[in-house]
Amino acid sequence: MAKLIHPKRALSTMPLKSSAPLGAAMAYLGIERAIPLFHGSQGCTAFAMVHLVRHFKEAVPLQTTAMNEVSTILGGADQIEEAIENLRRKAAPSFIGIASTALTETRGEDVPGELREILSRRTDFADTAVVYASTPDFDGALQDGWAKAVEAIVGALVPRVTERDVDMRQVTLLAGSHLSPAEVEELVRMIRAFGLSPVVLPDISTSLDGHVSDDWSGCSLGGTPLADIGRIARSAFTLAVGESMRRAAQMLEDRTLAPFRVFQSVTGLKPVDAFVRTLMGLAGVQDPPPSIRRDRARLIDAALDAHFHTGGLRVAIGADPDLLFSLSNALTSMGAEVVAAVTTTQHTPLVDRIPSGEVILGDLGDLQRAAQAGGAQLLLTHSHGRHVEHALHIPLVRVGFPVFDRIGAQDVCRVGYRGSRAFLYEIANTVQSIHHRARPEDFGAAPIPEEFEHVPHAARH
Amino acid sequence: MTDALKSRIADVFDEPACGTNVSKSEQQRKKGCAKPLTPGAAAGGCAFDGAKIVLQPIVDVAHLVHAPLACEGNGWDNRGAASSGSELYRIGLTTDMTELDIVMGYGEKKLFRAIRETIESQNPPAVFVYATCVPALIGDDIDAVCKAATAKFGVPCIPVNAPGYVGSKNLGNKLAGEAMLDHVIGTMEPAETTPCDINIVGDYNLSGELWQVKPLLDRLGIRILGSLAADARYKQVAMMHRARVTMMVCSKALINVARKLEERYGIPYFEGSFYGISDTSDSLREMCRILVERGADPGLRDRCEALIAEEEAAIRARLAPYRPRVEGRKVLLYTGGHKSWSVVAALQELGMEVIGTSVRKATEDDKGRVVEIMGDDKHMFDNMAPKDMYRLLKDAGADILMSGGRSQFVALKARMPWVDVNQEKHEPYAGYMGMEDLVRAIDRAVNNPMWAELREPAPWDLPLTAGRTLPAPAGPCPVTGIPAGPSRPVTLVPPLPPFASPPAAGGPAVTDFASSRTDFEDC
Repeated sequence: MAKLIHPKRALSTMPLKSSAPLGAAMAYLGIERAIPLFHGSQGCTAFAMVHLVRHFKEAVPLQTTAMNEVSTILGGADQIEEAIENLRRKAAPSFIGIASTALTETRGEDVPGELREILSRRTDFADTAVVYASTPDFDGALQDGWAKAVEAIVGALVPRVTERDVDMRQVTLLAGSHLSPAEVEELVRMIRAFGLSPVVLPDISTSLDGHVSDDWSGCSLGGTPLADIGRIARSAFTLAVGESMRRAAQMLEDRTLAPFRVFQSVTGLKPVDAFVRTLMGLAGVQDPPPSIRRDRARLIDAALDAHFHTGGLRVAIGADPDLLFSLSNALTSMGAEVVAAVTTTQHTPLVDRIPSGEVILGDLGDLQRAAQAGGAQLLLTHSHGRHVEHALHIPLVRVGFPVFDRIGAQDVCRVGYRGSRAFLYEIANTVQSIHHRARPEDFGAAPIPEEFEHVPHAARH
Repeated sequence: MTDALKSRIADVFDEPACGTNVSKSEQQRKKGCAKPLTPGAAAGGCAFDGAKIVLQPIVDVAHLVHAPLACEGNGWDNRGAASSGSELYRIGLTTDMTELDIVMGYGEKKLFRAIRETIESQNPPAVFVYATCVPALIGDDIDAVCKAATAKFGVPCIPVNAPGYVGSKNLGNKLAGEAMLDHVIGTMEPAETTPCDINIVGDYNLSGELWQVKPLLDRLGIRILGSLAADARYKQVAMMHRARVTMMVCSKALINVARKLEERYGIPYFEGSFYGISDTSDSLREMCRILVERGADPGLRDRCEALIAEEEAAIRARLAPYRPRVEGRKVLLYTGGHKSWSVVAALQELGMEVIGTSVRKATEDDKGRVVEIMGDDKHMFDNMAPKDMYRLLKDAGADILMSGGRSQFVALKARMPWVDVNQEKHEPYAGYMGMEDLVRAIDRAVNNPMWAELREPAPWDLPLTAGRTLPAPAGPCPVTGIPAGPSRPVTLVPPLPPFASPPAAGGPAVTDFASSRTDFEDC
């Protein structure tokens, strides 16, 4: 059980975390025809948008209530109303997801109350679903904002039922913030392989997957259709991926009576086995599809090939708790040792389960210090980790958000049997790429006497 | 095959210092040592490969292979001989003979041009020119080309006549040694000699293993004057004739070189190994004994004993923490030669149980030591077919296989830890400090948590307890296309027997497996 360390210092060097509203925006982008709206000043939004664009290499329709000096003092309700009106006129979204920011939270306005008032008054807004999540920048990280946004969607849009009227083939997949579009897609593929049909919430695998559409749109292209969110009430079961999705899964159970199971990780043999076992039970099949069998056999072979490189490997990893847990768990199951673990938010029971002596609630500066102290041989964190890579001369595997100096972040898949296999290869190949060439000095041996060395002469002929 | 090469090979086979050869009758000796290979069951290197293995670690030399592309194109950069200086030996150089060169007989001209380009671009102290099967077949005279090139460019060009078809890797080792004896050794004089100058022959500094031993020599004031060919410079080969003693490491492959150094220059040789604690000590002891005998300061022997006592105590202390992590684990050793027993002793000291060791290529002495250490000869086996080894690993309850790369997948596919103790390995395990690395590698392999996970049953190997929870889906699966409904009935399978059951008492032992005549691996 890892001990959570809060470094006693005022200065944060090289931040690791991204803010909660950004996480909320990402979750909202997983809804069809959505526009995320930050209730805050323009800058809050601009930074978040640049961050998202650099990672996904997509146009991101992120909007702001553009709070100014006056509205900050007098209250931002009018700004929200005006923003909704303008967005509807400009882009006709079916869904507007509002996320608060540090500015409006510090001011302390009652946005849910104001919003209720606006929506009851403005009946012309009826064909746009508006959802609000409280996501102050100063509390928690990307993962928390995402979770709050999903909870807000469930709370606002999933109907309550008193009697079960269940489509026994339909399951709800609550996808955590640590899943890439390709990873959501892989889980969907696995669920479908068992003859089940998943409703994914939120589904960035169809909106942020980097496809080129036929038409320009001012809102998200793809994502969970609003109609599907309503249909969630009929799901037989909820599969929640990521511990941060537990509250949303619990909310779904309270509303729709559907039982749930939280998968804290779906990376690595054992976690995926558990996922598959659940799918077998849901589908009632003892014989899984051949593709699943084959993928498992191939993962085992990948583990055999990779373990020479992962055994005893000292890794330093910095990420949001859900990602930190799933990757470090997969690595330690392969014999690696997590010598430095840094995370972003304490709002998770997972910290206790990280396979490391201690988990630092900190930044990349902490990661650098801990990695150096622990003699780490490999770094896993987002693109900003490249500074640590340069400082310590150890290679970096880019994980999490943001990955801005590589293309194809949306296609990276590290879940399921197939994704786990790719992850093992990725780790093993990175380790191999920095093959250590021994020198006599490494063992304390003296160099060869100079007299034996060949002094190149000019070629004579 | 030219007559010169034929008589050279006959000469190499008639090795007076080889025990096996000496014990043969006159009749048998004439037949030579070549064992006919079994078509369809042979897997080993050729003579060219063997020559390259010996000479490639001479790091500042240009190694030019006169051959169609396959010989060098497929073979270069595949061994981890480490260099502390020049990287020239890592560059693959070949004449890349084409059909036209062969048909039109342009081989010699092309080789000459290639030598010139090599010297111009690389500026090496010497060029080693390797003959291979095709130029040998069409009669390219590399000796003549080398002679002309040496005269023309003023850089020694050394012909290495070991075309693949003349025989095995072992023969190639010896032919490479002969080339050095003929053209290189004795061609340069050291600036000064000391009574503690030695030759090391038959070590290739794989992953830097020589450097794990060199600090010991440094501390005793022993200088590696000549080397064939661990981290060697050309000059070191050329000066070999001025050393006081030759240590022949690990293998008799280069015994012809050791013997001829003794015959021609009066340098005595001994066979030793830096593999394992007691072997390392024995080698140092013997080296110092001979040096003192030949005029070195008699205090050397005392300093050597002090060093051994200190180093042995230190390594035993460093190994102690690993004992609880490896104690009681069962090892199957599939290597050969002296490693059959030198590693056994070290492992037993750590409380590991060696359930079997191969004695391929081991001498009678080696076999005697195995019996001495293990109590009887029940645990010795020769070659083992992969199929048998797989069964043995699965059934005899081994915890780890230690072998060369070619058996690795036999172990891995049986979900069995494996540690590379052969030439392709990436970690150095020589000397005292190497032992710690080896034990750490064993620890890392057998205690990797992955094995337990991999041996767990698959989700579908355990029966569904709750049974069907959902009705059969209508229509085929959208991804796999597997039809749904009645065609895929639910089968609740009966419980399977426990998966990772311990080996039954009285299961097969090493002795239950027949040795195979086929050579599956080199050691």
